[in-house]
Amino acid sequence: MNSETSLIKYPRHWRKPPFIKSSKLRWAIIMGALIYLFAAFGSMEIDVERFIKGIPRGKRFFDSFFPPNFADHRGVVWDGILESVWMAIISTVAGIALSVPIGLGAARNLAPLWVYLSCRGVIAGSRTFPEIILAIFAVKLFGFGPFAGFIALSIGTIGFFAKLLAEDIENMNEEQAEAIKATGASWFQWINYAIQPQVMPRMIGLSVYRLDINFRESAVVGIVGGGGIGATLNTAFARYEFDTAAAILVVIIVIVMSLEYVSGYLRKWVQ
Amino acid sequence: MPKIESEKGLSWKRRTTKKQLLIWLGWLIGVSIIVFAWQLISEKTVWFFVQDAPRQAADIGVRMVPPKWSYTSKLIKPVWDTINIATIGTMIAIIIAVPVAFLAARNTTPHKIFRVAALFIIVSSRSVNSLIWALMLVFILGPGIVAGTIAIGLRSIGFCAKLLYEAIEEIDHSQVEAVEATGAKTSQKILFGIIPQVLPTIAGVAVYRWDINIRESTILGLVGAGGIGLQLNGSINTLAWTQVSMILIIIFITVLISEWVSAKIRYAII
Repeated sequence: MNSETSLIKYPRHWRKPPFIKSSKLRWAIIMGALIYLFAAFGSMEIDVERFIKGIPRGKRFFDSFFPPNFADHRGVVWDGILESVWMAIISTVAGIALSVPIGLGAARNLAPLWVYLSCRGVIAGSRTFPEIILAIFAVKLFGFGPFAGFIALSIGTIGFFAKLLAEDIENMNEEQAEAIKATGASWFQWINYAIQPQVMPRMIGLSVYRLDINFRESAVVGIVGGGGIGATLNTAFARYEFDTAAAILVVIIVIVMSLEYVSGYLRKWVQ
Repeated sequence: MPKIESEKGLSWKRRTTKKQLLIWLGWLIGVSIIVFAWQLISEKTVWFFVQDAPRQAADIGVRMVPPKWSYTSKLIKPVWDTINIATIGTMIAIIIAVPVAFLAARNTTPHKIFRVAALFIIVSSRSVNSLIWALMLVFILGPGIVAGTIAIGLRSIGFCAKLLYEAIEEIDHSQVEAVEATGAKTSQKILFGIIPQVLPTIAGVAVYRWDINIRESTILGLVGAGGIGLQLNGSINTLAWTQVSMILIIIFITVLISEWVSAKIRYAII
C-alpha cells in the first residue's frame, strides 16, 4: 500500500493560477496587445534624438514655472477666479432648474412614452459632447465671455442631473407613492409629497457634487473663450508668463481640493 | 413637534419659529447670491450677441448640413491617434497608479509619510483637468500626440489610484493572514495575498478610465496635443462647417463604440 501511494507524482512546485483561465484566450489577448502596441508606437513618430535634444529646453520651460508669481497680476487672477465661482454657481442653479422637469419627464414610471422618449433624447444629446465642445459652440453663438461658459455648463449640468434624477425616481419606493395617491392627491401634490421627499437627500448631495464639477470645468471653458479663470490661464500661457500661470494653477488646485473636501463633508451630512 | 395654543385650541406646526426663520434666512442668502452672480455675468455680456444667437444658430445649422462625407477618409488617422492617446495614456496611468495606490492604502503603506505623499499625488492629479495638463505639456514637449498621451496619463493617475486604494483597503484580511501564516515575506504577502484580490478591480478601473479617456482625448487637439480635436479646431477656425458636423458625427460614433466595448469588458470581468 505504501509503495502504491508513492507512485503518484504530486507536483513539487506551486504556481499562482492565472487571471484569465483559458490559455488560448490569454495568449490571444497578449498577442493582440503586443501587436496593437507595436502599431500604436509605430504611428506615434517618436524621434528619440529630438526628444533628447528637447530635454534641456523642457527643463528651462519647467524651471520658468517656479517660483509661482502671485504678485504681478493679482487683480486679474482674482477677477478670473470670482468670475469662475459665479459662473459655476449660476450654471448649477440654472442647470438644475431645467433638469427637474426634464428629469421628471425622463422617469418611465411618471411620464407617458412620448414625453419619456423626448426627455431621454434631450439628456442623451447633452451628455454626448464634453462641456468644452458645447463651449466652443456657445462662444460662436453668444460671443466671448462668461455667458457662453454659463450656457455650456448649464447644458452639461442637465445631462448629468436629469439623468440621475430620472434614475432615482425610477428606483423609488412605489408604496409611498401609492399611499399618497390613495388620499386623493392631485398630480402636483403627488410629486411634492410622495416623490420629492424620497429623492431630495440624494439630489442635494448631487447638486453640491455638480457645483464642484462645474467649477473645475469653468477652469477649462475659458481656454476656448468661455470666460472665467481658464481665460486668465490661457492669457498667461499665451504671454509666456509661466510664473503667473503656475500661480493660477496652484490657486485652482487649492480651490478644487477644498471644494472636494467641503462637498464630501456636505454630502455625508445630508445623507 | 411644537404645539401652539390659541383660543381655537391646540394645533401643531412642522417647525419651531426659530427654525422656520433660519430656513427663510438661508433661502434669502441663496437667492441674493444667485441674483448677484447673475448681475456680474450679465454685466460682462454683450446682449446684442445673445439676441442675435437664434439667427446665428439657424445659420450655422444650415451650413452644417449635409456633412461632408468624403472628409471621413482624412479622419481615419486622427481617430487612430485619439484611440492611441487614450489607450497608452491609460496604460501609463495604471503602471504608476498601482504602486501609488499601495502606498496610499492604510493597510499596505510602509509609513504614514508615504501615505500623505501618495494622497497628495492623487489629489493634485485629479484637480487639474487633462486639457490644462495638455496646455502645459504642449509648451514643454511641443505639440503632438506625446503631449496628449502624457496629459491623459497624468490626469488618470489620481482617478485610478483613488479607486484602487479604496479597493485595497476593503480586501478580505483572512486571505492575507493565511499567506502570512506560511511564513511569507511582505512582498510575497502583497503578491499572493492582495494582488489576486484586487486584480479584477485593476482591470475594471482601467477599462472604465479608458472609456472616459477616449472622450477626453477627442478634445485635447484644441490646445495642440494631437487627436481628432486638432481637425475640429482647424475646421471651426476656417468656418468649414460641413467638416465640423462630420467630425462631430465621428466623435459621437467613437464614443458610442468605446462605451459599448468598455461595458462588455467590464461585464466579462465582474
